Amino acid sequence: MTQKHVGRRMTRTEDPRLLTGQALFVDDVQMPGMLHAAFLRSDYAHARLVSIDVSAARERPGVVAVFTAEDMGDDWKHGPPLVSPPPTVEDIVFHSRTHVPLVKDKVRHAGEPLAIVIAESRYIAEDAVEDIWVELEPLEAVVDLEKALDPGAPLVHDDLESNLAAHLVQEKGDYEAAKAQADLVVKRRIYIDRGAAGAMENRGIVAHWDVRAQQLTLWDTTQAPIPIRNGLAAMFGLSSHQVRVIAPFVGGGFGPKIMMYYPEEVLLTWATLKMGRPIKWIEDRRENFFATTQERTQVHYGEMALTKEGRILGVRHDFLHDTGAYDPYGLTVPLNTQSHAMGAYDVPNYSSELKVVFTNKTIVTPVRGAGRPQGIFLAERLLDIAARELGIDRLEIRKKNLIPPDAFPYEHKIIDQAFAPLVFDSGNYLATLERAAAAIGYEKFIAEEQPRLRAEGKHVGLGIVSFVETTGVGPYEGARVTVETDGRVSVATGVGTQGQGHFTSFAQIVADQLGISPRDVRMVTGDTAEFHWGTGTFASRGSVVAANAINAAALSVRNKVLKLASKILETPEEELELADGQVRVADLPHRAIELGELAAMANPLRGAVEPGTEPGLESTDYFGPKYGATANGAHAMILEVDPETMMIEIKRYVTVEDCGTVLNPLILEGQIHGGVALGIANSYYEQLVFDENGQLLNASLADYLIPSATEIPPIEVLHEETRSPLNPLGSKGAGEAGTIPVPSLFAQALEDALQDYGLEILEMPMSPNRLFELLHEESKTP
Amino acid sequence: MNIEYPISVTVNGTRYDRDVEPRLLLSDFLRHDLGLTGTHVGCEHGVCGACTVLFNGQPVRSCLMFAVQADGQEVTTVEALGTPDDLHPIQEAFLEAHGAQCGYCTPGFFMTLVPFLEENPDPTEEEIREAIAGNLCRCTGYQHIVDAVKLAAAKLGS
Ligand code: FES
Ligand code: FES
Repeated sequence: MTQKHVGRRMTRTEDPRLLTGQALFVDDVQMPGMLHAAFLRSDYAHARLVSIDVSAARERPGVVAVFTAEDMGDDWKHGPPLVSPPPTVEDIVFHSRTHVPLVKDKVRHAGEPLAIVIAESRYIAEDAVEDIWVELEPLEAVVDLEKALDPGAPLVHDDLESNLAAHLVQEKGDYEAAKAQADLVVKRRIYIDRGAAGAMENRGIVAHWDVRAQQLTLWDTTQAPIPIRNGLAAMFGLSSHQVRVIAPFVGGGFGPKIMMYYPEEVLLTWATLKMGRPIKWIEDRRENFFATTQERTQVHYGEMALTKEGRILGVRHDFLHDTGAYDPYGLTVPLNTQSHAMGAYDVPNYSSELKVVFTNKTIVTPVRGAGRPQGIFLAERLLDIAARELGIDRLEIRKKNLIPPDAFPYEHKIIDQAFAPLVFDSGNYLATLERAAAAIGYEKFIAEEQPRLRAEGKHVGLGIVSFVETTGVGPYEGARVTVETDGRVSVATGVGTQGQGHFTSFAQIVADQLGISPRDVRMVTGDTAEFHWGTGTFASRGSVVAANAINAAALSVRNKVLKLASKILETPEEELELADGQVRVADLPHRAIELGELAAMANPLRGAVEPGTEPGLESTDYFGPKYGATANGAHAMILEVDPETMMIEIKRYVTVEDCGTVLNPLILEGQIHGGVALGIANSYYEQLVFDENGQLLNASLADYLIPSATEIPPIEVLHEETRSPLNPLGSKGAGEAGTIPVPSLFAQALEDALQDYGLEILEMPMSPNRLFELLHEESKTP
Repeated sequence: MNIEYPISVTVNGTRYDRDVEPRLLLSDFLRHDLGLTGTHVGCEHGVCGACTVLFNGQPVRSCLMFAVQADGQEVTTVEALGTPDDLHPIQEAFLEAHGAQCGYCTPGFFMTLVPFLEENPDPTEEEIREAIAGNLCRCTGYQHIVDAVKLAAAKLGS
């Protein structure tokens, strides 16, 4: 078999529909008799609910129903946790506090829903929200992560002794002993703040309980349709076959759309079951800023111990992680931070104490990067500072410490986000870094260009960093591949798609196995009626776990095709080939049979089917990796700062990615570009600003600055390819790779550009304002 | 109930007579009253550009206009450009250069680009970036969009 399609820059099969406005997004769903929901949400971040009076809202013409927590009776429950809480291993403290559909007693973050209005139109529903009379008694809000743990701090959850949500210590080797041997120990406090995922499509749901068919259908902007179906069925006492969840085209996910069960998912389902009419809710952008999950706030007290030659002896960081008002996503994000706090480096000793903290802010779940950018920021920053103090070149110190190619699988002896041992499977970390250095022209820039530009009065700096990305975690995904009688192939899988080009890269895999054109693959993703086993699109799992399941199913079908064709063509299987939609005898291409014809023969209407054979040319297979793969890469950039305005111009941006086998370079490049753009946003433009009352001060796209085409530079994408040994395709996934190293890269490049100021950047995001403040705090002039 | 007013709007060459509330947004009118759901809504406060349509040939944000303001006027949406089997050159260029990922922002970009490329048949990269600076995209990092615009200009020029 010749590998023809995997690895090709193929244009996307899903595009013709998307580009013409014909692709279905949730808000495009229209149903006869459909009602519209709107929510009353708390303006306060922390408050006691004293009373709520919805009578005026109920009387407004066009309003069909208004519900509060009280109206839900016994159906009012805390949501189940999304990620199972940590196993009760030694020394882990974990207080699971999950959110509720509607506030009953106490508001814990601004934007928490207090009541749902269901009306004939969205306009009327929003009018009626204004009719509700609610009395809230404001409480002191928990906002600052460090003050949250002060004795006497107000409590987010009154039944807990403090705002500590979790406590976990991880140790590798003996950091203190290593530190005692060290020539240099650098210590810094590092702060990273919150951002929004900012998908262009806000969340939305259409829920419909068809009373006669006894069938619940939910169109949902989710990254995890199957778990949503299973959860809703369990919650409402339905069989899972009575619930169909469809994640149609989704306008960007980036993490928060895997959260479940959002209060709106539960409430719309509950309401349609009660009312028997379809109900639509579409989040508006303001709600999105309060009610859709966010990520990133952490405070680290970090240390790195090194020899005078620049070898890292150990890393220690004690850190606080903000989980917001509840912690349904368990420890995934801060465990990812720990998995990345040693970066791409061979670090023999590590010690980390994590405290997860409840605050009166929106719930935290992964946002593209998912704890990894913070870990990489810590490792890269401490290494930069150490290099400076030791007088070692920053590229040299990195090369000295990268995990060498012969050290894989590299066991880190700590646990990862799945509570499994953290192991980096494969890679050539030195190669990616050297390639990035060569591409950006590191030596020449430092030796010639920078001095020349500085002499001209230009503040130009370079950054270069390495990173890893743990990807493609289990447990598993599955797929069903079917040859249709028209010769085309249908593929169904459980993961939804939010723009990653799954339709195309998955089709390329199937095309190679079955000798057809990828254009002849019909792909269904994200519809539980088509496939109902799986977990969802997160941690770059699509191109690893789902892709390998599809490969396995396509391979099984290939074997069935060969077996049947061998009988019909009276030729041994080894002499057959699959190409051009046919099975044929390799040496006698005229002795051939069309795949479609074969599919019809495999499912005869009369006659006998041999015992033990399954009808049709179809197979369902699953793939679950032994453990997650780890991608690696290096980013480099050159930027110029205008010291008057603190505006920056990125002169060049280079990425080298090693994400194993590349399924489709065109799609991969797009993923990297988008990831880098988010990283740049996280580094210099976007910050969710909360005041001391837990009020978000910039809850609109006019105030929260998502970069446009004039801020994001052209990005050069280069590849290295180290196949993962953990799956047959050898893929690793790259959904988050673009984002992860960018803040650390920015910090280094800004310092380099402003080296006369002796600036140290220990926080993210930066912004022109913040940079200006920092330079004035230092009150140093060049 | 609120009072409705009759309006008559020509959308993609078809005339529609409807009674609408004065507060009905043009974006909602197009999407929900006329079922032209190719126009998307990302912010409803005039920043993201996803809802961009042509209003008498000029790009406007349909979330910032009321349907009644379109009375007697001409509106063009993405549905007027091409079909899956017969793409408009700009759509073709987006397909070839992978200018869309989730595709949610894309129709808004098209409606900005149609008049832009008419006025600037051979734009520089900088002009392209300026032209699309009012349209936000979270997926692509814009580079493939910029590539697509260059390609579209070449296609339209030849
Ligand atoms: S929806 Fe109109 S500009 Fe964002
Ligand atoms: S393609 Fe997703 S927002 Fe632009």
